[in-house]
Amino acid sequence: MKTDMILVRFGELTVKGRNRGQFEKRMVEQVKRMLRPFPNASIERTYGRLYISLNGEAYEEIAAKLKDVFGIVSFSPVRRTESELEAIQAAAVDVMRALPKEPETFKVSARRVLKAFPHNSQEMNHLVGSSVLRAFPALKVDVRTPEVELRVEIQPEGTYIFSEVVPGAGGFPFGTNGKAMLMLSGGIDSPVAGYLAMRKGLEIEAVHFHSYPFTSEQAKEKVIELARRLAYYSGKAIKLHLVSFTEIQTAFTQSNQDHLIITLMRRSMLRIAERLAERSGALGIVSGDSLGQVASQTLSSMNVIGRTVGLPLLRPLIMTDKNDIIRMAERIGTYKTSILPYEDCCTLFVPKSPSTNPNLKVVEKVESFVPRLSDMIEEAVAGTETIHVSEQTPAGLLSAGREDWF
Amino acid sequence: MYYFDHCASTPPLPEVIRTMAEVMAEHYANPSSLHRGGAEAAKLLERARAVIAGAFGTEAGEWFFTSGGTESNNLAVVGAARQYRSRGNHLITSAVEHPSVLEPFRMLEREGFRVTYLPVDGCGVVSPEAVEAALTDETTLVSVMHVNNEVGSVQPLAAIGSLLHRRPRTLFHVDGVQSIGKLPVRLREWGVDLLAASAHKVGGPRGIGLLYKREGVRLAPLMGGGGQEGGVRPGTENVPAIVAAAKAFRLAVESQKQRAGRMYRLRGKLLACVAAIPELVLNGGGSADDPAGTGGSEEKEPAAAPHIVHFSYPGMKPEVFVHMLEKHRILASTKSACSSKDDKPSAVLEAMGADRERAASGIRISFGDEHGDAELEWLCGMLGQVVKKLKPLERKMNE
Repeated sequence: MKTDMILVRFGELTVKGRNRGQFEKRMVEQVKRMLRPFPNASIERTYGRLYISLNGEAYEEIAAKLKDVFGIVSFSPVRRTESELEAIQAAAVDVMRALPKEPETFKVSARRVLKAFPHNSQEMNHLVGSSVLRAFPALKVDVRTPEVELRVEIQPEGTYIFSEVVPGAGGFPFGTNGKAMLMLSGGIDSPVAGYLAMRKGLEIEAVHFHSYPFTSEQAKEKVIELARRLAYYSGKAIKLHLVSFTEIQTAFTQSNQDHLIITLMRRSMLRIAERLAERSGALGIVSGDSLGQVASQTLSSMNVIGRTVGLPLLRPLIMTDKNDIIRMAERIGTYKTSILPYEDCCTLFVPKSPSTNPNLKVVEKVESFVPRLSDMIEEAVAGTETIHVSEQTPAGLLSAGREDWF
Repeated sequence: MYYFDHCASTPPLPEVIRTMAEVMAEHYANPSSLHRGGAEAAKLLERARAVIAGAFGTEAGEWFFTSGGTESNNLAVVGAARQYRSRGNHLITSAVEHPSVLEPFRMLEREGFRVTYLPVDGCGVVSPEAVEAALTDETTLVSVMHVNNEVGSVQPLAAIGSLLHRRPRTLFHVDGVQSIGKLPVRLREWGVDLLAASAHKVGGPRGIGLLYKREGVRLAPLMGGGGQEGGVRPGTENVPAIVAAAKAFRLAVESQKQRAGRMYRLRGKLLACVAAIPELVLNGGGSADDPAGTGGSEEKEPAAAPHIVHFSYPGMKPEVFVHMLEKHRILASTKSACSSKDDKPSAVLEAMGADRERAASGIRISFGDEHGDAELEWLCGMLGQVVKKLKPLERKMNE
């Protein structure tokens, strides 16, 4: 069977009641954007579903992209035929014949949405099943655990026949659950946290702290590259706020509280992120924290750090093991960039023994002795450089030299 | 001038020259320097690497820049043999390899390695069965060129690669210097671990080469230095040449298919004309009706490269022939340019079973994109005239 259509199913958003129209609209937009490189493909929207007519475009290429669209729970390559018994029977045999390998057992699951169709679902299971059995004499019916479940959906506009159900990314369409600021460090965890946040329908803006000249230009480019990868999933440009943290960091190193310096830095970063969130109407802060991974991610540290801000702190990875995070990073294509060896501002000035159990009162007291801390925070916010990173934004590498040199 | 010596070197493409000059003028900072100038030069290197990796369907981290094909071949052969000596002491190559492969093997023999030099058939082709028979548990490296630089024979890399696929402890090195841009080079599909290439064979600058090293393969470096190129090949990178080379390789790979079709047609013409001159004997595969030597099958890999015609004029000193052609503004060569100044018979032709006279009188015509029917016809006419003039002077080579 040459796939001529893809049936796309939406996920959790179908529970969204009155907002449903809004969600579906977003889904259609996302799928349309995804289909832009395939000009012949067209979309048809029905209740809770999309049908993509391929019109000659390659199924595999479109399928690969569909897997990255948030809000799609699954999709199937389908064969569409007229809602007439003989046509359905012939198409069912075609679909079975196109399987990569002939199964030993199968069953037919018919669904009749078009109530005017003369045979009911039970009868259809039988009628379609027997014509398939005639074509494949070795095949057996197994209604409990069939190797292949041949689905037949009789809809008013036509009948859809398929057997494969490909899992999608799931979640909600991008931006349907509000906006949050992502603390994007350049490490392995934060891009994964950003991905998971986006999959839950959050629009994100990313904040990155650098301490030039203590951190290098390459570190910045690495973060741009990570944001670019995230922008692939959002389907639109991501705002990346680049905040100079040099002055604040230097002030902390002079406070002679080495073991608290990470705690102090984190608190100031959160304050800055919160101020940026206010500016852009974001209602949460997403971070890549994972419980116990480093000193600043003990429960005790997170308590002291988190009390700095009023916005909800979202930590999608909090209970995830490092190996699982790495696997996710590889899958979403951020791992190779994340492990590039450039210092970010948290790996600099790391004390030999950072506190895993800081005391809130002590930390607040140390902060009160840092001259001009709140001014410096305001200045950092004011001096933030914001760039729009889209999937097409040439990464640092690709902006090297002139196009015609290569 | 009619330049028919593309195997020795190719005319640099105008856009390659322009790129090289511009990069040279603007990016002179050392790519290892920490400052912005250095970072920009380093980025150019990485972009060049990414462009090359893209052209060959591989990863950027698998490509290293060297000073040329010779260094790439040396580094691959010697570096791999020494690195994996603890696994075994036996190496396999063919009798028709380029000196930049054969010499390193001889060097390794002096270090105590055992080397099998595989024979070739009358067309200059190694048989996969011979490779299989030569393999031992001690074999750590098999090195077989893709296209022979003298006679243009094409080695069955897919078959050899699939033999080695079952032997992860035996590396597969391919000298691809003469094949890139002429035939498809399917590194992944053939399971190639190491490949050498040279930019000036594809319209790029001289003095720059590529070494492909599959991820996971390690090489003992030949030079000690500043740790550039991951320590595999230290030394300050030649940024302008590298950027220009990336362009040349990309263009060569992108236009390969179309070039091959055109060149096989020209090759057929030239084969017919050489075959019509009774004094000349064709060497290597293919015929006028079947210049690729596939016997008309579309699936079969070609047996002959599209851009080389090689023949002997037994009884005639080949340099006399070359100089006579030169009088008519035609530049051709005897055997490979690298060894054309010694007057020993061609080892490649001898390995193919040619007698001494035939092996000592080989002429190589290799052509490129600038040649069309008109140039080929001019050449054919001149070949006839030169033979006619030389005929009375024929004598035994050993007299």
